[in-house]
Amino acid sequence: MPNKTFFWFFLPTGLAMILFIGLPIISTGIQSFYAQHDQVVKEVKKCDPFGCTVSIVVDQEKTSKIREEKPLGKFNGFGTYVDRNHLAIEEIGKFWNETNSFGEFVDQVTNLPFYKALIFTLTYCLFVTPNVLLLGFIIALSLNAVTRGIRGPLIFGTILPMIVTPLVGSLVLFWMIDAEGIIGANLQMLMNDPYLSLKSSKTLTWITIIIYGIWHHSPFAFVVFYAALQTVPQEPVEAAIIDGASRWQRVRHIVLPHIYPVVTFVALISLMDNFRVFEPIIGFSAEGSAQSLSWLIYDNLVNEEVILFGSAAATSMMTIVGIAILLAPVLIRTWKEFRTAR
Amino acid sequence: MRETNMKKILISLLFLLFGTSAYADCNIKSGSINILANDFPALRTFVETAKGCKGSADFKVTHSSEHNKIAVPALTANPSEFSARIAANSSIVPLMNQDLIRPLDDLVKKYGKGIQDSQLITIDGKIMAVAFMANTQHLYYREDVLKELGIAVPKTYEDVVAASEKIRASGKMQYPYAAAYKAGWNLAEEFVNMYIGHGGEFFKAGTAQPSINNAKGVATLNMLKKLAGLSNPDYLTHDSEAIKVEWESGNVALMTLWASRSGTLLDDDGDAKITAATKLTGPATVAGGNIPAATLWWDGFTLAKNRSDADAEATFRALAHAAANKKMVADAADQAVWLIEGFKPGPKSIGVIEAVKMKAKPYPMLPQMGLMHGALGSEIVEFLQGKESAEQALKDVEAAYMSKAKEQGFL
Repeated sequence: MPNKTFFWFFLPTGLAMILFIGLPIISTGIQSFYAQHDQVVKEVKKCDPFGCTVSIVVDQEKTSKIREEKPLGKFNGFGTYVDRNHLAIEEIGKFWNETNSFGEFVDQVTNLPFYKALIFTLTYCLFVTPNVLLLGFIIALSLNAVTRGIRGPLIFGTILPMIVTPLVGSLVLFWMIDAEGIIGANLQMLMNDPYLSLKSSKTLTWITIIIYGIWHHSPFAFVVFYAALQTVPQEPVEAAIIDGASRWQRVRHIVLPHIYPVVTFVALISLMDNFRVFEPIIGFSAEGSAQSLSWLIYDNLVNEEVILFGSAAATSMMTIVGIAILLAPVLIRTWKEFRTAR
Repeated sequence: MRETNMKKILISLLFLLFGTSAYADCNIKSGSINILANDFPALRTFVETAKGCKGSADFKVTHSSEHNKIAVPALTANPSEFSARIAANSSIVPLMNQDLIRPLDDLVKKYGKGIQDSQLITIDGKIMAVAFMANTQHLYYREDVLKELGIAVPKTYEDVVAASEKIRASGKMQYPYAAAYKAGWNLAEEFVNMYIGHGGEFFKAGTAQPSINNAKGVATLNMLKKLAGLSNPDYLTHDSEAIKVEWESGNVALMTLWASRSGTLLDDDGDAKITAATKLTGPATVAGGNIPAATLWWDGFTLAKNRSDADAEATFRALAHAAANKKMVADAADQAVWLIEGFKPGPKSIGVIEAVKMKAKPYPMLPQMGLMHGALGSEIVEFLQGKESAEQALKDVEAAYMSKAKEQGFL
C-alpha cells in the first residue's frame, strides 16, 4: 500500500486513538506528578445525636483560596512514585541496611503493597499465559481432527468460558469452591480434612485464580489457533505422512512453524490481558490474599472515602511501563523479523 | 399509553393505601429534588415518606449500596447531580473536606418544624446535616444453644471467646462465631470498634500523626485473631450479608452485626426455629473496659452546595417532612432506631439503646479518618493469616496511612 493511501486509511483510527487513549494517558501522567495541597485544618465544636466534642475540620475558606490558585494541586514530582505505597525506594534502602539475611530482606520488600501486587501479577502472567497457549493449541488441534458434523456444537461449547462475563464466571466458581459448595465440600471429603478452605489459604486462592484465568482465556487462544489451522497447506502434511512422520513430528515441523506468527500475536494479547488481571480478585473476594496492580488502582479510586488520584495515576503509569517491559522481547523480535522479511 | 395508565392507577392505589403521608402535601410549588442514598429498608421508607410531600416538584432518587463511590464526584459537578445525599458519620467527612454541602441553619429555622434539636449535626456552630436514625454493631445470640449448654449471655468479648470455645467443644457447631471480617472496609470497621473498646486513640492529640502501634493496638489485633479463629475459615471473604446467611442456616450461635440488619434476621423468611431463638443484646466490652467495643453511627440528610437555592429549599422541605414524621416512625418502628420524636423502641432496637446507655463512642468524624480506615482494611490481613506479627502489622498500617496522608496533604 502506498504511504499516502495508508495515511488516509489510518487517519480516523489514529485520531480516535489519540483522543481516547493518548490524551487520557497524558492526563493521567500529569496527574501522577501532583499531590493535594497541604490541608489547613482548624479545631471546632461538633455536635451530633450522641453528644458534642471538640474536633478538627478542613478550613474551607483558606483551602478554597489555595485550590483556586492551583487547581491541579501541589507539584510532587516523582514523590508519589517513590513513596512507601509505590516503589518505596527509601524503605527498601532501609531494609537493605537493617536486615541480616537476604531472605529477611525479600520478606520485608514483598510486604510492601506495590511489590506484593507486582509479584502476584507476574506470577499470574507467568502461569496463565503459557498454559493458555498450550491448552488453546491442544484444543484447536483436537477439534480440528474431529468429524465436521459435530465441530459446530463443540466449538460453541469450547468458547463458552470467553462468552461468560468474567465477573459472573468467577462468582460461579467462587460459590462452587465455598466450603459448602460442590467443589469445596468434595475436596474436604477427598482430603479428609473438614477444615480445608480454598478461600482462607493464600496459596490455594492464588491457584484458584490462576486456574480460573486459564479457563477463561484459553478459548481466545483456541479460536485464533483454530482459524490459523485452517490455513495450514495440506500438501506438505500429506507428504510428511507418506514419509512416515508421526503425528507429533507433523505438528512440530509443519503446523507450528506455519502458525508461528499467530502464536506470537496470541502471546502478546494474552500477556497484556493477564498483566491487568482484576475481575477474578473482585469475583473471588480475594482482596485479602491476592492483590494485583489493577486492583491497587481500583482500591485507590473507590475503596477509600477519599479518592487518591495521585496514587492511582502513578500506579497506572507504572502498569503501562510494566506491560511495555514485558512485551519488549516479543516486540523486538517481531520488529527484527519484519526487517529481515523486507 | 396503556402502561402509563396502569402506572397511574397503581400509584393512586398506593396513595389510597398509605393515606396520610400522601395527603400531607407540603405545598412545594417548584424545584427539583434528586436524592442519593444507601440501600436498606429504613432509608427506602424515609425517602418514600419524603416523596409523599413533593407537591409539584420533580422527584428522583438513587438507592445504591455503592453510594460512597458516587457521592463525591456527583456532588463536585456544578450543578450537582443530586440535591441531597443521605450520609452517615463517616461519609459526611469527604463531603465536608471538599466543601460540597451547604449549611442548613436558615432552612431549619424556616421549615424545620418538628425536627428535634438532638437531630441536628452542627459543625463549628453551623447545621450541616439532620440525622434521623442511629445504628451500631452489637451482639446477636442463639438463645436455645446458649441455654442448652448453660452459657450466660456474653457481656464482654472474653465471654464471647469462652462461650464460642464451649460451643465448639460440645460439637454442636464448628465455627460458632461470626462477624463481617471481609478484607477492606468491613475488617477495618471491626478493628476500629475493638480498638475504641480498648480505649485507644487513632491519632496523636490534635494532629494527623497516627498512633495505633501501641499495646492497645496489639491487644485489639490479638482479640480479633482469637475471634477469627472461632469463625468460618473463609471469614476474610464474609461481609454482613454473608454472615447473615451463615446465621440463617444455623451455623452460628454468636454474632456481631449491624442493628439495621436485625429486621431481615427476624422476619418470616428462613427457618422459624432459628428466627425464634435469635435474640439481641448490647455490644460487648473488651479488656475490662466499660465503654463498648462498638461505634455509634447516625444516618442523616445533607444538601448539595452546587445546586440552586430553590432546589435546596424544595429538597429540604420534603426531607424535613420525613425527618419529623411521627406516623412514619410509628409505622416502621422495627425498621430502625429512629431519632425522630415519637419513636417507641421495640425489641429490635435493644442493641442501639444499650450501646447508647453504655456510652458507646460515635465513629470518629475526622478529616483523615477515611485514610486510616483504608490502610487498616488491607494491612492487618496478613496478621490474621498468621503471616506477620501484630507489631509489624500495626507498623505497616501506620506507614501505609502516612504515605496516603502525605499525598492528601494532611501531613
